Amino acid sequence: MYEFVSGPLVWIAFIIFIGGSLYRIYYMLSISKKERVVFPHMSLEHSLASLVHWVIPFNNQYMRKRPIFTIASFAFHICLIFTPIFLLAHVILWDESWNISWWSLPEGVADWMTIIVIAGCIFFLYRRLTDPVVKNVTDGSDYLLLAITALPFITGFIAYHQLFAYKTILIVHILAGELMLIAIPFTRLSHMLFFVFTRSYFGSEQGHVKHSKDW
Amino acid sequence: MKPTIAKRELVVDDAMDQCAARLTQEQIEKVVNGVFDKETGGRMWTYVNTCIHCGLCAESCQWYLSNDKDVSYAPVTKVKDTIWELLSKKGKVDAACIKRCAEIAFTECNLCRRCGMYCPFGIDIPYMLLMVRRICAKLEMVPLYLQDTVHSHAATMNQMWVKPDEWIDTLQWQEEEGQGYVPSARLPLEKEGAEIMYSVIGPEPKFLAQLLGNITAIMKVAGLDWTMPATAGWDNSNMAMYSGDFEIMARVERLHHETAQRLKVKKIVMGECGHAFRGAEYDGPTWMGWMKPPIPIVHAISFYYDLIGSGRIKIAKKAEGPITVQDPCNVIRNAGLGEKLRYIMNAVCENFVDVTPNKRFNYCCNAGGGVINCGPPWRKKRVEGNKIKAEQFKRTGAHTIVTPCHNCRSGIEDIVDKYKLGMHVKFFSDILMEVMEIPEDLQP
Repeated sequence: MYEFVSGPLVWIAFIIFIGGSLYRIYYMLSISKKERVVFPHMSLEHSLASLVHWVIPFNNQYMRKRPIFTIASFAFHICLIFTPIFLLAHVILWDESWNISWWSLPEGVADWMTIIVIAGCIFFLYRRLTDPVVKNVTDGSDYLLLAITALPFITGFIAYHQLFAYKTILIVHILAGELMLIAIPFTRLSHMLFFVFTRSYFGSEQGHVKHSKDW
Repeated sequence: MKPTIAKRELVVDDAMDQCAARLTQEQIEKVVNGVFDKETGGRMWTYVNTCIHCGLCAESCQWYLSNDKDVSYAPVTKVKDTIWELLSKKGKVDAACIKRCAEIAFTECNLCRRCGMYCPFGIDIPYMLLMVRRICAKLEMVPLYLQDTVHSHAATMNQMWVKPDEWIDTLQWQEEEGQGYVPSARLPLEKEGAEIMYSVIGPEPKFLAQLLGNITAIMKVAGLDWTMPATAGWDNSNMAMYSGDFEIMARVERLHHETAQRLKVKKIVMGECGHAFRGAEYDGPTWMGWMKPPIPIVHAISFYYDLIGSGRIKIAKKAEGPITVQDPCNVIRNAGLGEKLRYIMNAVCENFVDVTPNKRFNYCCNAGGGVINCGPPWRKKRVEGNKIKAEQFKRTGAHTIVTPCHNCRSGIEDIVDKYKLGMHVKFFSDILMEVMEIPEDLQP
């Protein structure tokens, strides 16, 4: 079982993730071309200005008004992206399979980063359950996406610390990671791919066409 | 997802009620799917698939904030109750649903784009609600008064059923009024080859005619070569843009721009209005396939900025007392004229008190986006949905609010009235007429 999930299934997951993402982006660009205004409005300079003002914490007025959400969301996303890439255990796997390796996080730091991701998921769950506006636009799919995101980190943490049922938890962790990878292009987790485009478009329309700012 | 609970007072709007009685499921399904398939593309699909349901847009909306944070007024909720509903049911919805969609899109949102600035992904919620308006317009589910305005645009090419002879009469009357200030002023009609074509918003000849007298005097003092058309095509306003009738929107804009081309002017200067600028400078041209209008169009704020900044108009004595300003969404947030507005306000006021939040963060007046044009049936909801604007102005302690936009002026007058703010509401040109220096050789 372990050989299967860490062998062929990894191939399948990555192919679906990368292929699926490329396909979704290509589809989005082709139906955007159909629209008269989208491509002519785009401006590299204004897209970058918008991204800079929204990807750096506290770099716009709104983020300064919502410090807790800003800190939680940025911490969550930064740890979410960098932990799987720079985790020692993952780097070792890449080295064993492909003979490539790169810098890895000190294990204690990686531990804390995992906890931050899990805490972020709890924070978002809390918002979904209690904030009236969010509750009104939440359904099963939103909880499912949170679960898909949290599961690899929870199971990874348990597996690393070998807290219990190591072999089983490890297999569940690998499956959870693969599930998240294939979910990214085809669910709202694709905001990871699309937000660059929506941000750039709005920044271009507000900045380049309307001589204003979108932050 | 559980349906949103929206507590609303019943409003009788004859057009919408009668339309709801007539619509069939087949018509609805055909139009909804037709608009989504043929008139939307990457943006709609991407926005719907990227919105992570975070609800951060809620606090941007003055409707939400003024209605004690009523969930049903949050931007994401408005999208849920319209777009998500229509998409998930693939257009198989009933007339009551379309009526609710129209109610949300026409009377609960001003398309002001403030929420787009608060969404971390820059999702253009107003664009999506404009598409809902498009669907409703194609199904003829449009508020009575707004549709009447669109009929006026279609029949007379202006917003206010102004007949051609009434137009010329009004201009000639106001030329005399302007001559009361500056005897040698003229309002040149149909002057081919002039530098500037001045265009006005529909309501001006009807009930704000003094603005035409104002501009007659101002143009003479500034020594500018200008003209106005005597024909249809003088109106730069565009309610069809907001009703979702883009075909009529484009016809009105095309005539407006063609009139300027016919008069061979170098630029069009327009009076103080937000939506008119947006329609003439952006929405109309882009529907017609232009990135920009063929003859540049300049808003009154830029125009006065140039006049005052260059010294063509000098200020004799600044207006007294604390005066504040409204940043109209369509010229400030959506056209970047916030700094220029402050320059001209400081030039004419001895004590200009800025609002907070200001410039592109200003709250919408709630009247724009066609909402005030939905008429008396919807007035109460509109005014009660902007308590936060009243609080914003009260904080300034000013005695006058300058509103460089027609919709803002009317909407804010209603708010001043309802919340007993006791402030005057004036256009910038009203103040300029009071403070501008009329050179000796031009004085009466």
